[in-house]
Amino acid sequence: MKHIITLDTREMNEANGGCGECQTSCQSACKTSCGVANQKCENTAE
Amino acid sequence: MIHQYKLNGYNIVLDVFSGSVHVVDDLGYEVIALYEENTPEEIVKKLADRYPESEVRDCIDDVEELKAAGKLFTEDRFKPISFDFKKRSNVIKALCLHVAHTCNLNCSYCFASQGKYNGERAIMSFEVGKRALDFLVENSGKRRNLEVDFFGGEPLMNWQVVKDLVAYARSIEKEKNKNFRFTLTTNGVLVDDEVIDFANREMSNVVMSIDGRKEVHDRFRVDYAGRGSYDNIIPKFQKFAAARGDRSYYVRGTYTHLNTDFTEDLFHLADLGFTELSMEPVVTAPDDPVALTEEDFPKLCEQYEILAKDMLRRKKDGKPITFYHYMIDLSHGPCIYKRISGCGSGTEYLAVTPWGDLYPCHQFVGDEKYKMGDIWQGVTNTELRDEFKLTNVYARPDCENCWAKLYCSGGCAANAYHATGDIRGVYEYGCRLFKKRMECAIMMQVAENMPASEE
Ligand code: SF4
Ligand code: SF4
Repeated sequence: MKHIITLDTREMNEANGGCGECQTSCQSACKTSCGVANQKCENTAE
Repeated sequence: MIHQYKLNGYNIVLDVFSGSVHVVDDLGYEVIALYEENTPEEIVKKLADRYPESEVRDCIDDVEELKAAGKLFTEDRFKPISFDFKKRSNVIKALCLHVAHTCNLNCSYCFASQGKYNGERAIMSFEVGKRALDFLVENSGKRRNLEVDFFGGEPLMNWQVVKDLVAYARSIEKEKNKNFRFTLTTNGVLVDDEVIDFANREMSNVVMSIDGRKEVHDRFRVDYAGRGSYDNIIPKFQKFAAARGDRSYYVRGTYTHLNTDFTEDLFHLADLGFTELSMEPVVTAPDDPVALTEEDFPKLCEQYEILAKDMLRRKKDGKPITFYHYMIDLSHGPCIYKRISGCGSGTEYLAVTPWGDLYPCHQFVGDEKYKMGDIWQGVTNTELRDEFKLTNVYARPDCENCWAKLYCSGGCAANAYHATGDIRGVYEYGCRLFKKRMECAIMMQVAENMPASEE
């Protein structure tokens, strides 16, 4: 493809995920102040 | 849904519902912008004065190929699952323990009004804390990783209880098959070698509050006599950060209308040797003299760009710094459930007051109508819990057409509540800043993943 380069991203798929082992992600200034995008998935089964 | 923007010499195209990130040339950028509203013939015609037809058709083919592969112009498939969230389990995996509703600083912007949360000074007893930990274990279902934040006020003012609670948690971990991760948030005043040693053994993360340059920090972060705390805490935090080794810590600050050049504060912190940084916009009433204004907005955007470019440079020079808002993991980031549900306040994350009451999160503590129950009887206000379960990004009307929704998950319910009176509202100014930060963060990923792309 000449005009478009696509970066590797995680596929968003309903079938995997939802295990809940990842960290909670408070966005407020007084805590971790991060959005969900900052997080890592911690699913060990994937 | 597509979002496209130009930054730092890159043309970037995001495909919202697949999470795909594309870097395109100028022709690709124009074709994608025209694609949905125009037929291929119309696109060729519209670009005829600048691009040869064969090039344009080539490019349209590329777009179609990506569309067929589910990486461009993908449809929203997630709306239906968001409504199932009400049926979501009631598992709790994180608690914010307010071990001390009191503080040894008197920061004027403190949302917790000097740690007292509009109430009386109070200290959590070991018995209450222990019951809170038991409550967490009992309600955590199969989740193994449990998070406990020691929060205040200033948690070091109740340090012995913190240590006893850590010891208690460790003593039950094995038998209950849980893994506790502790976080300590501190203003630094009481940090000493013993605190550093203990935290290095037991705390997965330490959050250190510093606002940046001395004059900025000392403007708000003062003691009860009105004296700035900078000179007192900086050496302690420097020692603390150095001693963390490869364990997590980060320095967090707040910027306001009075330091819209906040990158200076971040660079100052970097000069002091701190590498893990976070700096958040103040959230306060619009008539507060330190509230961010409309005139500030373009300046702030510029600051975020300066920061992103500078961080790329630092990384190249082998001296990287981390800025929390720019941390984004495109290939191993959160799953779609997480992206929709966000922080989990009021559902999987709760705050516990010194006397054992439960609230949706630390920012709601002290607001009686948000009391959810207590650690002995559990969550009794299930209506409130259901309301929070549904405060996901699809429940917020303002988020419907927002390209950032799967990076943001609908923002902070507490900010929304304080800005609009409704937990399903949005704090619009915060949204605009958030989107700017995401654009910068993604640009950095692009720059790092394709350094030789200047064609
Ligand atoms: S509602 Fe806001 S302050 Fe509360 S946990 Fe969520 S992001 Fe954090
Ligand atoms: S940035 Fe604002 S509008 Fe967009 S998803 Fe987040 S809260 Fe909603």
